[in-house]
Amino acid sequence: MGKVKKSPWLLHYDASSCNGCDIEVLACLTPVYDVERFGVVSTDDPMQADILLITGGVNSQSEAVVRQLYEQMPRPKVVVAVGVCACTGGVFKDCYNIKGGVDTVIPVDVYVPGCAARPQSIIDGVIKAVEIFQKRSDEHDAYEREHRHDGQVPAETSGKGNQ
Amino acid sequence: MAKRSVIPYGPQHPVLPEPIHLDLVIEDEKVIEAIPSIGFVHRGLEGLVDKRDYNEYLYVVERTCGICSFGHGLGYVEAIEHIMNVEVPDRAKFLRTIWLELSRMHSHMLWMGLMADAFGFESLFYQCWRIREKVLDMLEMTTGGRLIFSVNRVGGVLRDINPEQERIILDTLSGIEKDVRDIYNTFMTDYSVESRMKGCGHLSKVQAMELGCAGPFGRASGIRTDMRKRGYEAYGQLDFEPITSVFGDCYARCDVRIREVFQSIDLIRQAFAKIPGGDLAVPVKGNPNGEYFCRIEQPRGEAIYYVHGSGKKYIDRFRMRTPTFANLPGLCETLKGASLADVGLLIVTIDPCISCTER
Amino acid sequence: MAEVICPENELIVIDKDQLLEKTMEMKHAKLRLSQACASYINGKYELCYSFANDKTYEFKTLKVVMEKDDAVSSITSIYPYATFYENEMTELFGCKIEYINVDYHNRLYRIDETAPFLPKEAKEAKKEGEK
Repeated sequence: MGKVKKSPWLLHYDASSCNGCDIEVLACLTPVYDVERFGVVSTDDPMQADILLITGGVNSQSEAVVRQLYEQMPRPKVVVAVGVCACTGGVFKDCYNIKGGVDTVIPVDVYVPGCAARPQSIIDGVIKAVEIFQKRSDEHDAYEREHRHDGQVPAETSGKGNQ
Repeated sequence: MAKRSVIPYGPQHPVLPEPIHLDLVIEDEKVIEAIPSIGFVHRGLEGLVDKRDYNEYLYVVERTCGICSFGHGLGYVEAIEHIMNVEVPDRAKFLRTIWLELSRMHSHMLWMGLMADAFGFESLFYQCWRIREKVLDMLEMTTGGRLIFSVNRVGGVLRDINPEQERIILDTLSGIEKDVRDIYNTFMTDYSVESRMKGCGHLSKVQAMELGCAGPFGRASGIRTDMRKRGYEAYGQLDFEPITSVFGDCYARCDVRIREVFQSIDLIRQAFAKIPGGDLAVPVKGNPNGEYFCRIEQPRGEAIYYVHGSGKKYIDRFRMRTPTFANLPGLCETLKGASLADVGLLIVTIDPCISCTER
Repeated sequence: MAEVICPENELIVIDKDQLLEKTMEMKHAKLRLSQACASYINGKYELCYSFANDKTYEFKTLKVVMEKDDAVSSITSIYPYATFYENEMTELFGCKIEYINVDYHNRLYRIDETAPFLPKEAKEAKKEGEK
C-alpha cells in the first residue's frame, strides 16, 4: 500500500466465533503485531466505525445484531470476515443453529481464511480493507462534490467521508 | 424510594470481548438484579455427534473455544480412553500436562490483560499481552498452532517435544517468570489498582458453595478444590497444592490467578524433570461402548465431559459442562448491590468464556 | 509427592419419583451440584444429575430414565442454581421438567427450533402425541 490518506476506525464483533479469531484480532491491536501502525484505531462504537471485523458464522440470535451494527455504521463502510467460520461457516457449518458465513446477512468485502486466522493474515486483511475504504471514500467524496449545492465542498483528503 | 429501571447491557459493549446480554434492574446507580440471557454464540455443536465419527468429532470439540481449546480436546479424549480402556504411554501423559499448563498460562495472562483493560490501565494490558505472546510462541514451536493445536488423538499425542525445544521452553519460562513477577507487583501494590478492586464484588465462602462456583472464582472465596488433584495425566506425579484466597473479592481473584501462573511454570519444570522416553501413542481399535463423566481442571475451573457411546462409530451423546456455565449464578449474585460502573469489571472478573458456555 | 485423591465415579440409576428424595440426601451430605444434563437414547430420556464433593473429590451421578412424555419435578427447590441446567435441558431436548423456579419457557438460548437435539422421528412422534 502506498501513502495512507485516511485513518479508518475498526469495530470488532463476535457473531458466533469460538474466541480463537477474537483473541487474534485483539492480539493484532497489541504492540507485538500493532495494526495501529497502518493508521487504524479500534473503537467500540458502531456509529463511528468504518471497518467492521466479524468473526464466526452467523446464527439466528446474532443475525439481527450483525445487521443492526452494519446499518449503524456510516457510509462508506467495509466488512472483513475473519476466520473460516465467518467466510463459510467452517467446522460448524453442519450445526443446526449456524446459517453460514457472514455474507449470508451482509455484504463482505474481504475474506480472511484460517482456523484460527493468524494475526499476520488478519493484518493483511485489514490493509486490503483500508485500501478499499480509501477508494470508496474517494468515490464518495467525488459524488458529494458533484451533487451538493450548499457550497460546502468536502476537502480532497478529509479525515472521514462526509455523511 | 428511588425509581427502578432496566438497562440492557450488551451484546455489543466496549468492555465485553464477547457477546453476552444482561438485563440490569437498577435503582439510581445500584444494581438490584441482573438477569442474563445467553445464546448469541450458541452453535449447537453437541448435536454434531451424529454427523462426525468419534475421531473426527475431536476437532469439533477443540473448536468449542479458542482459549481452552487444548483442555476441551483433552477432556474428550480422556473420556473416550476411559471407556475404551486405552492406556496412554507415559510420555504422552507428560506432554499433555505440559501443553495444558502452557494453555493455562496463556489464558490467565489474557485474563490479566482484559482485567487491566476493564479498569482502564492500558499499558498494563499491553504488557500482559506482550508476555503472553512468548507463551504462544512456545506453543507454536511445539504444536504448530497458536491457539488451536489439534495435537491430541485418542490413544496419545501427535507431536513430540525434542531436547532443543525443551531447552528453549525452560529458558523462556525463566524470562516469563521475571516478567510476571513485575506484573504481579503492579497488580498487588499499585494503589489505583488496589482501590478499584479491593472489596469489589465480594462473595463469601458460604455463598460461593451455595452457588456452586468453580475454579479460580471459587478458590478466591476459599473453596479449596482443584481437579488436578485427581491425578489425571501426569498430575499424580507432580507436587502442587491448590491456590486459594480467603477474601473473595476482585483483588483475591486477581491474586489467585497470577499465583496460578507461577504454579504452572513450576509444574512445567517438574514435568520436564520427570518426563520419560517412549512412544507417543498407542493404536486404538474398536468403538467406544459405555458412558463416563470426565472431570478436568480448565483455566476457568472444573469442566465436565460426558461421553455416551454404544459401540458404534458415532457416539450417542456428548455433553460438556464448562466452568463459566457453573459460575453464571455466582456472577448474578456478585452483581447484586454493585454500582453500575463496576458491572463491566465484575463480568470480566469471573473470566467469562461465552463460547464455551453456549457451545 | 502430592497425594492423589481419585475415587471412582458412582452412577446410581433411580426412578423418577425418587429424584427429589435422593437429591435431598446429596444436599445433606453437603455435595455440590456439579452438572445436570439430558440425553435421548433408544427412545427414552436419560437425565443425569451429578454431585461433587470438593474435599474428597467424590462424584456421584443420579440417572433418571423416563419415557418421552413423562415429566420430572425440578430440583431447583433444593439447589436453586440448577435453574440454568434445567432450562437448558428443557430447551435443547424438550423434556418436561415441572416447577423450575425461574422458568425461561424455552427462551434461554432463544433458538428458533424446538428441541433441536431430539432425533427427527422422536420429534414427529412427540408432535403427534400432543395433537
